[in-house]
Amino acid sequence: MKKKTRKRATNWYHILLMLGVIMMLFPFLWMLLSSFKTEQEILAVPPSIFPRDFTWNNFVSVTTRIPIFRYFLNSVLVSTVSTIFVLITSAFAGTVFAKYDFPFRNTLFMIILGTTMIPFECYMIPFYLMVSKAGFINSYTGIIAPLVVSSFGIFLMRQQVGSVPNELMDAARIDGCSEFGIFLNVVLPLTKSALAALAIFSFMFGWAFFVWPLIITNSSDLFVLEVGLTMFQNSYTVEYGPVMAGTAISVVPLIIVFMFFRRHIISGMAMSGIKG
Amino acid sequence: MPKTLVKEKLVFGKTKGLERRKLRFATAVMIPTFTLYLVLRIIPILGTLYLSFHEWHLIRRHRPFVGLANFAKILSDTTFKTALLNTTLFAIIVVPVSIMLALLLALALKKNTRLNSFYEFAYFLPFVIPMVPVSIIWKWLYDRTYGIINYVLTAVGLNAVGWLTNPDVALFSIIIMSIWKVVGYYMVLFLVGLRDIPEEYYEAAAVDGAVGWKVFRYITFPLLKRMALYICVVATIQALNVFTQVYVMTTGTQGAPAASVRVLVYEIYQNGFRYFKMGYASAQVVVLFAIVMIASVIQFKMFKPDDY
Repeated sequence: MKKKTRKRATNWYHILLMLGVIMMLFPFLWMLLSSFKTEQEILAVPPSIFPRDFTWNNFVSVTTRIPIFRYFLNSVLVSTVSTIFVLITSAFAGTVFAKYDFPFRNTLFMIILGTTMIPFECYMIPFYLMVSKAGFINSYTGIIAPLVVSSFGIFLMRQQVGSVPNELMDAARIDGCSEFGIFLNVVLPLTKSALAALAIFSFMFGWAFFVWPLIITNSSDLFVLEVGLTMFQNSYTVEYGPVMAGTAISVVPLIIVFMFFRRHIISGMAMSGIKG
Repeated sequence: MPKTLVKEKLVFGKTKGLERRKLRFATAVMIPTFTLYLVLRIIPILGTLYLSFHEWHLIRRHRPFVGLANFAKILSDTTFKTALLNTTLFAIIVVPVSIMLALLLALALKKNTRLNSFYEFAYFLPFVIPMVPVSIIWKWLYDRTYGIINYVLTAVGLNAVGWLTNPDVALFSIIIMSIWKVVGYYMVLFLVGLRDIPEEYYEAAAVDGAVGWKVFRYITFPLLKRMALYICVVATIQALNVFTQVYVMTTGTQGAPAASVRVLVYEIYQNGFRYFKMGYASAQVVVLFAIVMIASVIQFKMFKPDDY
């Protein structure tokens, strides 16, 4: 008797979770299915679930109207370059904060930590004025500029390097290793997983960054995917077919990457929560 | 001489040189890093404060110091008041609802079943996909005439809703979509917190005869507090800075009600980058920042007292 009620409870719990899953996935499925429908079918009043007349027209239409692959490459470029910068600055600064003594160490660290609490929106106006004064409006440098350092990255790396045993570093010193060599051969290999998590985190952050590229770029060749898509859907609001096709082009690669690296991505993003 | 002794002597003799070497490395790293920080974070942050005391128009040469005039103007600015109200309402609903849902999901997924990795995939997916495409998709789901949501509503005999066009509803539509977007992230963070709780605690509780709610109330919840505080603070900062979904779903959209979905960052964006009133926009930023700080402090006070 008791077993039966428990079984029923598990069933309920799976049904509820599955309902949630449908709510989570449906928008993506609907977008994908619709991107293969003809314009009439998309607007048909009893809507069809699967495309009746499967068509690539919407994809042809987006790719001819906007340089969407260029946008895509721009996003790849911005996210990759900013990730590389964040990895370098965070690994170096994290190591020094964790293992070296120097004047004002704690003050400097508190200042850096303090800025994690301040979102970009809170200083984007002076940032814009500075970037425009430096002549980087409408340039890759301008887009990437706010992304090259990460307080969170420094914080994370300081914590991770903190757990590298001092004895190991001293042993390397005795063997005649330079400080840079220790960083390269002792610290980095021992903090690989944190670096991978940080790379995932900053790549995603760079990819989804929206307000700033929206403000700083005004020529279409420099649009990142997010900005390009926004402009596209603004000018073709009623043409859901091409708009959905454009969205599909931007989203499907991310879904595939997520499918393959789910474990790494989720634990990388979760690591950002461990700082609490 | 034994080998170890040689080494020790070597180290001793080099101590001073070693300290110098270490300091040199630290300096070589910190000077460029901190310079970047100064230019990319600290100067702009202080710049906001500076601008907020000036009448700073992008294309005018004359930029006088005006003291608190910008802040005085904010007090009588009705659009700003609407934006402030909408943002507060947004945060007050999105933060607790998404955290509650995330906690329930995490508790449900704590038990390992075969479907767990699939659930994790599904619930986390909306968080991985950036806000812009997600907003575009939802905008279409919400479409008054062609959207699937209204189709389902009318099919079961209900009235169609102007999800993004009705001023009374639009903000709530954005709220629903925003909860959908973030819930998986908070769920994963709660799962990390839950998995950190040692199994022995539950065993001890079971020996004492604690079940269900009691276990949650006296074991799970107190040990989750730190994570809950972190999630609350992050969620609140993000909610108070809501912008992208509002921009994508309502700008340039026919019939979108501007005032009822106006939020603070949108208002700042408009003033700063549409009307180029950078001083005034900066004063609004200062107000937004003060709100973020006050909210964080309140949360720290609320969660801190008894433990840790």
